[in-house]
Amino acid sequence: MGIGSDMYRQQILDHYKNPRNHGRLDEPTFSHTGENPSCGDTITMDVQLADDGETIERVAFSGDGCAISQASASMLTQRLPGTTLSELEEMDTDDITEMLGVDISPMRIKCAVLARQVAQDGAKIHDGEIEIEKTKTEDDD
Amino acid sequence: MEVQESYPVDVDSLRADFPILQRKVGGDISTPGEDDDDTVPLVYLDNAATSHTPDQVVDAIADYYREYNSNVHRGIHHLSQEASVAYEEAHDRVAEFIGASGGREEVAFTKNTTEAMNTVAYAWGLNELGPGDSVVLTEMEHHASLVTWQQIAKRTGAEARYIRIDEDGRLDMEHAKELIDDSTKMVSVVHISNTLGTVNPVSDLADMAHDVGAYIFVDGAQSVPTRPVDVEAIDADFYAFSGHKMCGPTGIGALYGKRDLLDEMQPYHYGGSMIRRVTFDDATWEDLPWKFEAGTPPIAQGIGLAAAIEYLDDIGMENVQAHEELLAEYAYDRLNEFDDIEIYGPPGDDRGGLVSFNLDGVHAHDLSSILNEQGVAIRAGDHCTQPLHDKLGAAASTRASFYIYNTKEEVDKLVDGLEVARDLFA
Repeated sequence: MGIGSDMYRQQILDHYKNPRNHGRLDEPTFSHTGENPSCGDTITMDVQLADDGETIERVAFSGDGCAISQASASMLTQRLPGTTLSELEEMDTDDITEMLGVDISPMRIKCAVLARQVAQDGAKIHDGEIEIEKTKTEDDD
Repeated sequence: MEVQESYPVDVDSLRADFPILQRKVGGDISTPGEDDDDTVPLVYLDNAATSHTPDQVVDAIADYYREYNSNVHRGIHHLSQEASVAYEEAHDRVAEFIGASGGREEVAFTKNTTEAMNTVAYAWGLNELGPGDSVVLTEMEHHASLVTWQQIAKRTGAEARYIRIDEDGRLDMEHAKELIDDSTKMVSVVHISNTLGTVNPVSDLADMAHDVGAYIFVDGAQSVPTRPVDVEAIDADFYAFSGHKMCGPTGIGALYGKRDLLDEMQPYHYGGSMIRRVTFDDATWEDLPWKFEAGTPPIAQGIGLAAAIEYLDDIGMENVQAHEELLAEYAYDRLNEFDDIEIYGPPGDDRGGLVSFNLDGVHAHDLSSILNEQGVAIRAGDHCTQPLHDKLGAAASTRASFYIYNTKEEVDKLVDGLEVARDLFA
């Protein structure tokens, strides 16, 4: 026992214990919050865009929750700078599991994709495409 | 073998009735039960969510489908008569099991506890509640009761009140006295908390409700499976439970109601089977309990529930309770050895057969995933008690819950699994 904990490889645990870009940006272009009601995971993503209004320059996150949700948010803050809002919009679940580098069990997928969903919804609100106060992943409990 | 002798039930022979307990887990989940790559022995500690089903119950259901499958009540033909008698007698069996002396007329089959709750909330609550009335609940109610009465209260203008819990997760009975007053029309309380394991003084609460002319609905989802229950000794007006937590199938539960109350109540669902005479203008209702069972009922499930009751009665509910309490106390004591574990609810020697806790620094869902990799099936989340978790200051918790086939060794495997989580998250 104790070895082969597939979902909890070193990279995930490292990002969970030492989250990158954790905190708030001084002047984010937009920021948005989301939660998994059944897990209690909450994540706020702050995004700062370059002068072109399209390229992501800096990202920070804050929040609480399980290792999968927080590590995923931490990795996303490193992944997003340099990409554009339309590239963000195209990110799907496979991109997230690839980024995490582990197989996520079906029941935990919503933990893994919360940060991406929050960033995407934040961008859509920024573009005036949708109006929501908070992102909520489906509660299946 | 000498370990077995210390249990109030014969765990070894009981386990032989549940082939699922022999299986291994961990392989591809898209092909249930068929995987050669399942390698980890199952340790099933999620019985408060659902229990397993012994061969005797599976056989009773299979016998029905193989031998006398037919619709009930209406048919004159042989199969229908056999099915009708078995299905109707299942109601008598349930009534006997929970001490309802009125027999089948006091027991309506429902889908589960939640549907039983909704039946009373809609059939009685919507018609009887109004502004100035109150419904008294507890802070430890399952969403089945909490959400149902909360929403009925909103629709009728009644007030939903919540009896506080104290630091040990017991009801503050002084607060109950304050809340249950002349405005109170219904007290809806959980018998055993599915999160805290607290066993509530439902008989005292029934007295308090009746003193002000209110009714009491007791949610027995965690109590009927785990201890002897006598609805008349409690003096409950309504009592409900689910079959799948007590060796029975899913899709079947029961609503007990005092006969005169069920008589007065309007139906909840309309349709076939629940009517006596229908014209284009109006309809009259079938006798109890059929008035509350519209459409083709869960026939196989009702027969399966009766078989489950037969199975539990053979073991003896006193023995089931003793086994539950033994494992709950053992688990509580083992978990209580560690400073980094917070246990919710009353002490180990005063609770139902479940223990909810959190391991410091490890989210309940992470813990559940790590335990799962070692074959240990526990529940992580809010257990359908979100307001209670808000009060506990925990977004989620991990719950181990026990049944007749669990052993102390399985509790030890849970405790060992926590060590793996500690190592990973250290």
